[in-house]
Amino acid sequence: MIAALSFYLFATVTLLAGLMVILSRNPVHSVLFLILAFFSAAALFVLLGAEFLAMVLIIVYVGAVAVLFLFVVMMLDIDYVQLREGFAQYMPIGGIIGLMLLAELIMVATARMVDPPIGLGSGPAIPDADAVTNTEALGRLLYTDYIYAFQTAGLVLLVAMIGAIVLTHRKRPGVKRQVIADQISRTAKDAIEVVKVKSGEGI
Amino acid sequence: MEQSYPNLIPALPELWLALGALVLLMLGVFRTNHVRRTVNNAAALMLAVAFFLVFAVGPTHQVTFSGLFVSDGFTLFMKALVLLGSGAVLVMSKPYLVDKDIFRFEYPVLVVTATLGMLMMVSANDMLSLYLGLELQSLSLYVLAAFNRDRQRSTEAGLKYFVLGALSSGMLLYGISLIYGFSGTTNFTILAGLYSGGATPSVGVLVGLVFVLAGLAFKISAAPFHMWTPDVYEGAPTPVTAFFAAAPKIAAMALVVRLLMGTFQGLVADWQQLVVFLSIASMVVGAFLALVQTNIKRLMAYSSIGHVGFALVGLAAGTTEGVTSLLVYMAIYLSMTLGAFACILSMRHKEGMCEDISDLAGLAKNQPRMAAALAIFMFSLAGIPLLAGFFGKLLVFLAAISAGLYTLALIGVLASVVGAFYYLRIVKIMYFDEPADAFEAPESRSIGLVMGVTAALNSPLSFFLISPLVAWAGAAAGALVL
Repeated sequence: MIAALSFYLFATVTLLAGLMVILSRNPVHSVLFLILAFFSAAALFVLLGAEFLAMVLIIVYVGAVAVLFLFVVMMLDIDYVQLREGFAQYMPIGGIIGLMLLAELIMVATARMVDPPIGLGSGPAIPDADAVTNTEALGRLLYTDYIYAFQTAGLVLLVAMIGAIVLTHRKRPGVKRQVIADQISRTAKDAIEVVKVKSGEGI
Repeated sequence: MEQSYPNLIPALPELWLALGALVLLMLGVFRTNHVRRTVNNAAALMLAVAFFLVFAVGPTHQVTFSGLFVSDGFTLFMKALVLLGSGAVLVMSKPYLVDKDIFRFEYPVLVVTATLGMLMMVSANDMLSLYLGLELQSLSLYVLAAFNRDRQRSTEAGLKYFVLGALSSGMLLYGISLIYGFSGTTNFTILAGLYSGGATPSVGVLVGLVFVLAGLAFKISAAPFHMWTPDVYEGAPTPVTAFFAAAPKIAAMALVVRLLMGTFQGLVADWQQLVVFLSIASMVVGAFLALVQTNIKRLMAYSSIGHVGFALVGLAAGTTEGVTSLLVYMAIYLSMTLGAFACILSMRHKEGMCEDISDLAGLAKNQPRMAAALAIFMFSLAGIPLLAGFFGKLLVFLAAISAGLYTLALIGVLASVVGAFYYLRIVKIMYFDEPADAFEAPESRSIGLVMGVTAALNSPLSFFLISPLVAWAGAAAGALVL
């Protein structure tokens, strides 16, 4: 009873927050609503017994991604009027494509009801929830069963990083950089000059 | 639960390249002075070692990494071709990059990561590893296309490729999600088992297959998904264009073949018409749009679109014979393309590299050897009898005819007649037009070496090589089609 009630509560909040993300005029408010949606989705995960995913959702999405979003929204001066300018022009073709995709989705969804998937359960076996903790089950999947995919994803990220550096990093001449070796190897001789000043004459 | 470690032996070439790319990167970052040549040579050497590792792993059928990775006779054949393509491009790249002042150590590193992605694509036995390999390859290629970042054309090429590539990845993923949703698995072996017995697939799987095929058709630049090819080929630095035309096409073709013939062979009746359409569209686009090109890189782009169309004729047959002919075609295409690009990379005036077809005028008088080599490649690309390209075309058309696809074979022959016009026009310009300015003598021996070897492979000597190649390709195709 309580579980059902809290499910409906959190599900409603998630949906409303999601709606507000796209409806609110102020982009900062949108990001804040997005955070609310993440929190209530995390609560839904807890209800499902996936406490590790819930924590990861909060730590990664709220702690890192949403904050990054906030920074971007605040730092970039996006002119939303300009963004919407071509909207009417692209509306007809965009609408047609959207309708086609919708029709396909409906067709596909109805086909699924009469024709359920025939190869279900052929992946790695789902472990017993009482015997293995959430974290361990996920770890086994990521680092044992799918280690190949996990490592490849790491390589993809590495290539993305190399690419960003190759395409944007420039050596600018005339920039004053801190060279610690130079600083340490300085001696009093290089830096200080002792001048005898005769009284009344100046330098 | 007992710990089980994956069997790493089948993935030796991939592991070697992955570790090697990291070492090269460290070498380049921490020893900045005069290290570019070392990194480039080391990368070429690494690809050569990977080539031998591929053969050391051998053609036995092995599946590892929880069914994500497969190694068999088919992957052996395709990986050998991919590594040959990448290695040849790497040894030819240096003069051009030095000329444009963009010879940096990241170039060989990115070529190695792209090659690694291609090997992973070839060895994919699951939608998951298919997608990851594809992205690793594509991401490296986007960066390589924009490698000449101070030139607008190059950055435009990179951006265009990136945006359209992301779109095609989206289509691919949408299709994969549909296939997963309706079959309940992403593993190729299990999928093959599900649909081999003539079971009628649900609509969702078919729609998904269409989307996946559209995404992959973009990667092999088959019409009508070819729009990006001419612009990207023209804008990217020439060695990168050579790379695009050679290795990634073979890897993506390997994916298409494994997916259609290895996994969804039971659905031949459903996908055959799609492949026939892609094939006809590519052959026609490649033949007619190339007629009006003046830039030789753009011409090669349309030529590669056309050749993908010819190769797909073999796939459309849907038989082991068809796959064999496709594999032979891709091998011959690789040698023709590498040779043609070796010639394009030698087109250098005093002021710098040039890429107009009119610059080739009278080449026969200035540089008879290069002109002879380029003439061989052009005759071979056109499919003139006794040269290697002829045997490739002959085999795919024979496969189509024995599968009853007479119209397709007829359109293919007509398209190759139209295509012959622009290949022969280049030969005419080289041999019969008033000489233009002479090209500078090539300073790198490796380009001449690649040119010479590929010219020998394409010359009538290929008559002796064709039957062992067909036998090998037949074994590879036999390993795929169970």
